[in-house]
Amino acid sequence: MDTLSRPLELDWDTDACARVPYRLYTDAAIYERELERLFYRNHWCYVGLAAEVPKPGDFKRSRIGEREVVVTRLKGDGISVVENRCAHRGVQFCQKTFGTTKTFVCPYHQWSYDLKGNLIGVPFRKGVRQGDVVNGGMPDDFELASHGLTQLAVEVWNGVIFASFDRDVEPLRDFVGPEVGAYFERVFDGRELTLLGYSRQRIPGNWKLMQENIKDPYHPGLLHTWFVTFGLWRADQQSQMIVDARGRHAAMVSRKNDGGRSDAVTSGVTSFKENMVLHDDRVLDVVVEPWWNGPTVTMLTLFPSLIVQQQVNSLSTRHIQPNGTGSFDFVWTHFGFAGDDAEMTRRRLRQANLFGPAGYVSADDGEVIEFSQRGYAQHGDLATVCELGGRGQGGAEHNVTEVLIRSMYGYYREVMEL
Amino acid sequence: MNAAVTSISVEDRLRIEDLYAAYAACLDDARFAEWPDFFTDDCVYRIVPRENYDRGLPLATLSFESKGMLRDRVYAVTETLFHEPYYQRHIISGLLVRADGDADGFRVQANYVVIRTKAGALSEVYNAGRYLDRIADEAGTLRFREKICVFDSELIPNSLIYPI
Repeated sequence: MDTLSRPLELDWDTDACARVPYRLYTDAAIYERELERLFYRNHWCYVGLAAEVPKPGDFKRSRIGEREVVVTRLKGDGISVVENRCAHRGVQFCQKTFGTTKTFVCPYHQWSYDLKGNLIGVPFRKGVRQGDVVNGGMPDDFELASHGLTQLAVEVWNGVIFASFDRDVEPLRDFVGPEVGAYFERVFDGRELTLLGYSRQRIPGNWKLMQENIKDPYHPGLLHTWFVTFGLWRADQQSQMIVDARGRHAAMVSRKNDGGRSDAVTSGVTSFKENMVLHDDRVLDVVVEPWWNGPTVTMLTLFPSLIVQQQVNSLSTRHIQPNGTGSFDFVWTHFGFAGDDAEMTRRRLRQANLFGPAGYVSADDGEVIEFSQRGYAQHGDLATVCELGGRGQGGAEHNVTEVLIRSMYGYYREVMEL
Repeated sequence: MNAAVTSISVEDRLRIEDLYAAYAACLDDARFAEWPDFFTDDCVYRIVPRENYDRGLPLATLSFESKGMLRDRVYAVTETLFHEPYYQRHIISGLLVRADGDADGFRVQANYVVIRTKAGALSEVYNAGRYLDRIADEAGTLRFREKICVFDSELIPNSLIYPI
């Protein structure tokens, strides 16, 4: 059991989680407990798309919490996920981001493993003969089978790969639950995915702030000019906030409108630019796709480390990889579908200008997360206010609410015992 | 590229070096409204992670296909993208120049480093990479018909707001 550097006399206000203590973003002992309880035990974590490792022997490096893993396509159709750490001396043996191989060999002492992570060879295991004597070698009772790589539990859900260090974790679909799972399957319905590419950024803020950002439908119509002005996301839209039974995962579902002036949501909003006209509006060349079935945007947060974005024709997974309390790497994998024609692919790529570290609506999310973290570092005993839409938890039939953040912290408190 | 270098006149080389110096000065002085004028009307401007470029993946960090899109970016930089302001300092060197071959003008590859300095903070290497450019010679004025910024930096330090 971990010990906390000082007692956690957190002022959580009411049971409703309408206050979130700053210390949750800055305290190293809390962070250590998060890694153990939220990333390494009882949770499924995203590690990549099957389309990234299409052929047998293809592998990619990925991360769960602060532990690196290697995701590999096996012969047949299986996927293995092993920790990137040699069983011998702990060396991070894989140094290529992507590649193709038949075996994994640690460079230090050439211990070799098959693609599932089983140890298959150890140099000088039987010692080295010199004249009549055999020098060294492993003890007689050394078993290859006892010294494999750490092999993770793996589930692939319609082309999306999840893994867990916890071999006893509940089945993936049960973990996600039917409410949010239905929206997961709206995007990932088994269609073949095509990989469009990556964006990688390091955001100097606590990893939970990115989960909160995509559980916060309040800010897009205020912080993001493009959303409020062009009607892609704002407070007067028909929206649903959907949450799983335990409050940890969520879907923000909404339908775009035509934007423009509307006193209720644009009056006094400085980010609203009534006269803004694009010189070249191909960036917003939105074409309705049949599988949307109504909503033009669905933003999924799968706790702890995955965001799935469908915002009009742009699709991505966003992978949260924490580095201590005050930093995380954020990896965007943009994708399309094998059935896309060239015009649709071009459209997805043009709309990608809205997203990622330079995107018209995403660049400033990273900025405000950085400023939030700086504010938290200034005080040990204050808390954020999280009362829009009341103090309760659950879902909502509108987007003028912070209920999904409260729900996440309801779950968090339970698991973290804080 | 080696063989073609010699076919570029000294005068053209100096004009091209001037173009890069003026481009860097424009961005480093934060004269963003002037930035689109370094490009042709139907220009291509892309900022691309090296990983995507090397693997043939089409996603760019930013991808613009006209001077109009550049003007829209300038509007975003100055009016809509909420960010902490910073200075940029472009160091551009190692110009490899040759004739375009497919059109009037030149193809240039050049290394760049952008150093970022925020208020009250140390200067840091922000983005390092190379320009893969095509330059049009329009009635004596050089403009970029294509500028692809392929950056080595595996992680963008939070956000990328200004052009590079």
